[in-house]
Amino acid sequence: MENRLDRAFQQDRSRRVIPFIEAGDPDFNTSLDLVKLLDGEGVSAIELGVPYSDPLADGPVIQAASERALAEGMTLPKVLQLADAARAEGVRAPLVLFSYYNPILRFGPARLVQQAEAAGIDGMIVPDLPWEESEELSRFAGERGLHLVPLVAPTSRERIRQIASRAKGFVYCVSSLGTTGVRSAFADGVEAFLDTVKQHSPVPIAVGFGISRREHVDRFMAHADAAVVGSALVRQVEERREELQDPSKRRAALDGLRLFIRDLIGEKQD
Amino acid sequence: MSEKKMSEQAVDRPGRFGAFGGRFVPETLMNALNELENGFRSAVEDPEFRKELSYLLQEYSGRPTPLTLAEGLTEYAGGSRIYLKREDLNHTGAHKINNTLGQGLLARRMGKKKLIAETGAGQHGVASATVAALLGLECKVFMGEEDVRRQRLNVFRMELLGAEVISVTSGSRTLKDATNEAIRYWVSHVEDTFYLIGSAVGPHPYPEMVRHFQRIIGDETRAQLLEKEGRLPDDVVACVGGGSNAIGMFTPFIADGGVRLHGVEAAGEGLDTDRHAATLSRGTPGVLHGSLSYLLQDEYGQVLEAHSVSAGLDYPGVGPEHACLKERGRVRYTCAEDREALEAVRLLSRTEGILPALESAHAVAEAVKLAGEGSFDSLLVICLSGRGDKDVETIRSELGGE
Repeated sequence: MENRLDRAFQQDRSRRVIPFIEAGDPDFNTSLDLVKLLDGEGVSAIELGVPYSDPLADGPVIQAASERALAEGMTLPKVLQLADAARAEGVRAPLVLFSYYNPILRFGPARLVQQAEAAGIDGMIVPDLPWEESEELSRFAGERGLHLVPLVAPTSRERIRQIASRAKGFVYCVSSLGTTGVRSAFADGVEAFLDTVKQHSPVPIAVGFGISRREHVDRFMAHADAAVVGSALVRQVEERREELQDPSKRRAALDGLRLFIRDLIGEKQD
Repeated sequence: MSEKKMSEQAVDRPGRFGAFGGRFVPETLMNALNELENGFRSAVEDPEFRKELSYLLQEYSGRPTPLTLAEGLTEYAGGSRIYLKREDLNHTGAHKINNTLGQGLLARRMGKKKLIAETGAGQHGVASATVAALLGLECKVFMGEEDVRRQRLNVFRMELLGAEVISVTSGSRTLKDATNEAIRYWVSHVEDTFYLIGSAVGPHPYPEMVRHFQRIIGDETRAQLLEKEGRLPDDVVACVGGGSNAIGMFTPFIADGGVRLHGVEAAGEGLDTDRHAATLSRGTPGVLHGSLSYLLQDEYGQVLEAHSVSAGLDYPGVGPEHACLKERGRVRYTCAEDREALEAVRLLSRTEGILPALESAHAVAEAVKLAGEGSFDSLLVICLSGRGDKDVETIRSELGGE
């Protein structure tokens, strides 16, 4: 069984980016259009954030997006529908579900993995499930050919080898201490941290948390295979949410988002 | 096996109480939790640490707290003889100080000079600020904006003690969100900051550590009752929010099969409304604040808001060991409504001259029912976890100024 993530980082381009969107912010159809837009720009993979009432790894931008998406009625099953709809419309980029553990536990890990695979999801990131707690979900995912993508942090130290050496899909490296969100500076030693992860990982590595500009992406491309851009993109969506929901302004708003992505990664070259 | 080993054996594998507990936190915190666990284990084996903690519990907090025979309440209930374990007589007015002294000394021993804590009504915040002042540590207390508004006096108390109170504006702006924000802050400052959790909740080793520091309640009760009555109690009753006073009280009795243990949650405006905090009665297994336990949640795993007139019980989660004790059937979990707790406040005030905290009043309400069914030679102990001075405003408005 082939997993789209296995070839995701072979793209020959100078900047490989994994955008994160909060599914359902501002609404289901806009999220679907965003996934299509991002796929069209040649991103390496797309993270679909599942809104949660208590997102304790997230900073204020994604917290607020999560609240808006919940108010909009977004749920884990609807995020799966979103992935399914994206595949039906020809989206080819790897799709990665980003969810806190409780919605997964409530849905049932085995059932989730089965339905996620059927919906065309390639991987999962669960920010509050360290590897000691991940055995069950990891096993179910493995049986269905999905990758449970592990996270490592600058404080992981000796855990880096344990976690990275058995990683599937890619390793998500947390750039610095703290929650998701835009930062003015990264911790000293972040490059050395990435190099250590790279050394132990049999799969590509991506770096995230605080990456908001093209210069950040460029800075990390020498040390990682891709950069995750979350809060910066979510904020762009937030700033345009009224336009996105107004039929007469929607196209211009989507074009604005396309420009933001192009500014991060450049024009698609192929 | 020693008695202590017997009663604490519920930790089946590292950090688990049966299926419950564990560590569901961002990777950034995992090494800090390992260090905390090692620091805790080495501290409790260290005679110097134990000596200093005992000294402070005795000379600073006023332990041992009395076990008072409640003659007036016994007469009112008309059955079992009722004793009150007087945690309300601790410094700062509740059992919370047992744990904050323990964790505060541990923080200092681990070389951490900055404490953070979450608080609902402010009791744990005050106890944390108190210990920080005593030990010369910095202290930041996270408190939901809604609670800051409701508990202005406690905010002032914490500030008077030198703590910084951070008003949390995310989510429902109560204890659940204050805890989220404390965890977020900890993720950013994990290298020099000690997170002092106030209840038997959170990722391993917190539930076990909080139990360890709170079991002095049950240890004293057991010894005091043996001395006064020459035997163990028939019933022990404690209120359960996160469940720290209850686990502290229950732990030394768990191996005593003849002692019936009762945990009382807040039924708020009624179990059949959506305004209650009866996590064990109405919740389902789920993950909140780092551990797997029971949880008030919707069908999609979104955490619901809890409600109780008592801010200390107003929490949609519960300590993982309580979930395990429920499933094992060792503790009977029940609940009391807001109006029953308010009635119990008045009852204990009038029969004993003791104004209980609204939290503790939930235990009093259940105890009166149980004692009424008991015979005159049976013994019942209530964990009176705190005093009600902090609740006078709430009680006045709820009881209509009577």
